[in-house]
Amino acid sequence: MTPQEISMTSIPHTHLIPSSAPSRGKVGMACLIFAECWFFAGFIVAYLFYIGKSSSGPLPREVIDIKPVLVNSAALIASSFTVIAALRGLARSNMGSFRFWMLLTIVLGGYFIYGTAMEWKGFIVDHHLTISTNLFGTTYYSLVGFHAFHVIVGLCLLTAILVLSLMGHIHVVRDHLRVELVSWYWHFVDAVWIVVFTTVYIVGMRP
Amino acid sequence: MTTAPIHPTSETSIGFGSRVHSWVISVDHKKLGMMYIGVGLLFFVIGGLEATLMRLQLLKPLNDVLTPHGFNQMFTMHGTTMVFLVGMPVLLGFGNYLIPLMIGARDMAFPRLNAFGLWLFIFGGLLLYYSFIGGDGLYGMGGAPDVGWFAYSPLTSKAFSVGHATDYWILGIMVSGFGSMTTAINFMATIVCMRCPGMTFMRMPLFVWLMFTVGILVLLALPVLTGAQVMLLFDRFLGAHFFDPQQQGSVIFWQHLFWFFGHPEVYILILPAFGMICEIIPVFSRKVIFGYPLMVAATLSIAFISLGVWVHHMFSVGLPPWLNSIFAASTFLIAVPTGMKMFNWIGTMWGGNIRFTVSMMFATGFLVMFLFGGLTGIMLAVVPFDWQLSDSYFVVGHFHYVLFGGTMLAVFSAVFYWFPKATGRLLSEPMGKWTFWMFMIGLTLTFFPMHLSGVLGMPRRVYTYQPGRGFELWNLISSSGVPFQIVGVLLLVTNIIKSLINGRVAGPDPWDAWTLEWATSSPPPSENFPKIPTCTSPRPLWDRKHPEDPDCFYE
Amino acid sequence: MSHRGALGVQNIFAGATLFLRRANQIYYSTPVSILFMKRIFTGGFLAMCFVVLPLCAPSNAHAATEICSTSAAASSPIAPNGPTILPNIFDPHGPAARMIHDLSWLVLGICAGLFLVVEGMIFYGVLFYRRKKNDQSKDEPRQVYGSNPVEIAWTIIPLLIVFVLALTTVRTIRSIELTEAPAGALKVVAIGHQWWWEYRYMDDSVPGGEVVVANELHVPINRPVWLRLESADVIHSWWVPALAGKMDVIPNHTNHTWFTAETEGLYLGQCAEYCGNQHAGMLLRVIASKPAEFDAWLQTQVAPTVNDTAVAMGRDIFQEYACSNCHTVKGVSDGQFAPDLTHLMSRQTIASGVAPLDPTTLRAWIENPQALKPGCNMPSLQLDPQELNAVTAYLLTLR
Repeated sequence: MTPQEISMTSIPHTHLIPSSAPSRGKVGMACLIFAECWFFAGFIVAYLFYIGKSSSGPLPREVIDIKPVLVNSAALIASSFTVIAALRGLARSNMGSFRFWMLLTIVLGGYFIYGTAMEWKGFIVDHHLTISTNLFGTTYYSLVGFHAFHVIVGLCLLTAILVLSLMGHIHVVRDHLRVELVSWYWHFVDAVWIVVFTTVYIVGMRP
Repeated sequence: MTTAPIHPTSETSIGFGSRVHSWVISVDHKKLGMMYIGVGLLFFVIGGLEATLMRLQLLKPLNDVLTPHGFNQMFTMHGTTMVFLVGMPVLLGFGNYLIPLMIGARDMAFPRLNAFGLWLFIFGGLLLYYSFIGGDGLYGMGGAPDVGWFAYSPLTSKAFSVGHATDYWILGIMVSGFGSMTTAINFMATIVCMRCPGMTFMRMPLFVWLMFTVGILVLLALPVLTGAQVMLLFDRFLGAHFFDPQQQGSVIFWQHLFWFFGHPEVYILILPAFGMICEIIPVFSRKVIFGYPLMVAATLSIAFISLGVWVHHMFSVGLPPWLNSIFAASTFLIAVPTGMKMFNWIGTMWGGNIRFTVSMMFATGFLVMFLFGGLTGIMLAVVPFDWQLSDSYFVVGHFHYVLFGGTMLAVFSAVFYWFPKATGRLLSEPMGKWTFWMFMIGLTLTFFPMHLSGVLGMPRRVYTYQPGRGFELWNLISSSGVPFQIVGVLLLVTNIIKSLINGRVAGPDPWDAWTLEWATSSPPPSENFPKIPTCTSPRPLWDRKHPEDPDCFYE
Repeated sequence: MSHRGALGVQNIFAGATLFLRRANQIYYSTPVSILFMKRIFTGGFLAMCFVVLPLCAPSNAHAATEICSTSAAASSPIAPNGPTILPNIFDPHGPAARMIHDLSWLVLGICAGLFLVVEGMIFYGVLFYRRKKNDQSKDEPRQVYGSNPVEIAWTIIPLLIVFVLALTTVRTIRSIELTEAPAGALKVVAIGHQWWWEYRYMDDSVPGGEVVVANELHVPINRPVWLRLESADVIHSWWVPALAGKMDVIPNHTNHTWFTAETEGLYLGQCAEYCGNQHAGMLLRVIASKPAEFDAWLQTQVAPTVNDTAVAMGRDIFQEYACSNCHTVKGVSDGQFAPDLTHLMSRQTIASGVAPLDPTTLRAWIENPQALKPGCNMPSLQLDPQELNAVTAYLLTLR
């Protein structure tokens, strides 16, 4: 008898537990998001640590205008819901609905980037605040900038999916998981924004 | 998945060029793992040469083998190389090679990502070493980085580090760090999703458990380092003020970020070694590992506690007493699970029938040396004692006992243990015994006296020392250990080359071992197993060899 | 398993409680009992330390190679009376260092005990459970999967040991790490520069309010010294092992440390945090003398700058060339980047302890500092021999 045969004959089959593992894509994406969280944690801690330590102005309260930021944030959070709607459409094989919600997600995300760009323009042109001005500039631009960078990466992925689907390359069975993973990333970007928003626009505004 | 051919196509019929090509384009976890280990050992030789130069300089007081700047470059490159280009890749390489085999999978979860990670690591290493020629930059200053492997600011700021040496340090490590992170993602996905039927988490070999924990630590620690390095790049290139004391930036903040990465990093370097020892000691003691569940629990608690001990690298920074006390307590606490592991290994040997192959000798050497390094670690956790010992040669002695006496001896043990699996040929045992004794003598001669020169007041990272302070003898002895280690390395290299050419043929299971990698041929075919194996206990091959008394009855 | 009977959980707890009580008792009682602990665990690793540390002792005798005997008369206020005290952490000469020293023997004792026990277990296992030479049988030994009592034991016992260590550690931290100056302390600011030390005596007791010296810290014996540590550039660390543990010197972060020198003499140490090129050349010298001698030294430091017309040429060169940009000589120049030279000749060394202060070395140092201390921040000003002689002659008058 070969070793394999021995094992099959002598070991009761109850010991062979069928593996019911999650998809490796999901685990991989979860790990990536876990790592990204720690990357952002460094910048968030830096922001919190340096609140009120700038040796010269301008300070957050002098330059931040919260209203456009609220609109921006609403757009980004809404885009998390539209991407869910898009996935529903895909699951039902309703490609029209899928494309519509994907497009809306991209537009909302794009609006967020536009809003951030306008905010930066105001800071740089009107208030002469750059990354080298003071600790507020240093921590603000790096934290918000890295978040915006992640939003742009997400937008690229979403746009790629939309374009592929318009070219007819997205198949429900084969690609549902892949689109879902991109949506995970998008939700993560959204969740990070909630933390960044709290850090910069709520905690950081305290006198 | 289709059934793979049992025997790989004979490679002798292929030309040299296409053989190299087949390795470069490979996405096979076994080839990638071997390349990780091979390149890592190459960097080990380079890092060793740097250390040799340092020991030559410190042979006698006021020596002038190296200039101060040259010496500072040497210890920076030695530390950076050994941690990032030797420790991590060699250990991740073993993980790469062994995890799929041990859990009965055909490959890693993401083979192409795996290859990407390897090449990122190689290019990161080349980028770091390119600084020797490219560090001059536009300013005509620099060369290799000279800021120490933990690169304390503000020594890394533009004002104190002119030229691009520090930039090469940042980017080289960042790039190879991305490689390590992709590998860690791969480990996690592979271990969670690719286990063969029957292999529950509590039936995984302990090596796989340890690599799983290492995956978590890599994913958690390296991004923090990457973030800190990005901040440093912003400081250097965009005029940001993260670590700029002139603008109220805090240089201690760098230390917190670095050591928040740095301490888990130490465990990233030692946990895989624990894993190797957990596989090797039972096989050569002919006994099942003592207290498997406790080993798993100890591993997880080490990983968890390692997140909360980083300030013990900063006891002399002048932090408040309560903070120092808390971190002293957490550091003491981490000694407990480490101790449990030590005792469980001894418990495994106890009552066994120990076969002293070279692999087992190295594993025993690991126990002896690591115990010493661990105990000096406890001394360093005693904050007031640390105020005297930290940043002295005592610390250098301590972490060389842990990382060389610990990690590297375990790696040598693993090389002797798994070489037959990877190549189909056994390494020479007599030559291996010489290697072992050369390393044991060399290590003790080099690193034990360092504790004494530290106690006598010699700080680390000094390019020279004053005569008449009592350092001379100990430095002389330290340097005298170097030739032994060089002979050890040469013997190991010769042994590997010789055995590759005409080593004894190993057969699939030369050690009569119990984990799944020994259930396939040596070297394994390209998809590992002709038929996906099944698993009934932590020692599936024990069950097959002892159907009358299988492990699964004791679960 | 056979261990099951011997190591009941109750026994473990009883033993552990006893151990805990005993260890506490030992630590909290007089230092004599620490000596007792010391005696208990004098074996193995410790024995090695004992053999080798006395071996180092003779180096005390020829420590005269250390720069300390260059000045002429022992009665001169600049020359230290008493021995040169090497930076050995097991040779404490002050309360902070002694507290650490006593604690470190306890820790060494416990660790040596653990080392002997565990290493003994490893070697016992290796010797008694190795396969016999002629053993060809295929029989496997009995498979033991674990033992709860034993595993609990080697979890609990280390826990108790580290609990004791943690308690003693916290206790010693609290008695050494002070947040304000001890009563009657001499207050000095120590400023770390790349690669030298600046000391500013900021004490009410100092005549004239402030005295600035470089590299050689003079203190009275048996009076606490409260050091405020600041850095002018990168991180350094102030470490004189015979007096106290090290404390980092950090830019934009003020630290304090304190010590009391109990013996007259010259205490050696050096910077303990890597600070660039000449980290190894950033030596520390503390000169402890009787209060009267200390006061005499202080008087020499507040004396007006010597202005000798015989060396006017050297002074002019000093002022006209770059020297004055970095060095202060009171009334002549006010550079801030390098050591104050007003009373240069009251020191024994130059270049932060790297070289003795004598005319030949001083001239060589001015001619090419990079030869003596490669990588240091002082440039060679390319003076011709005549100018060199003049500047050296001038500096030699600065008593």
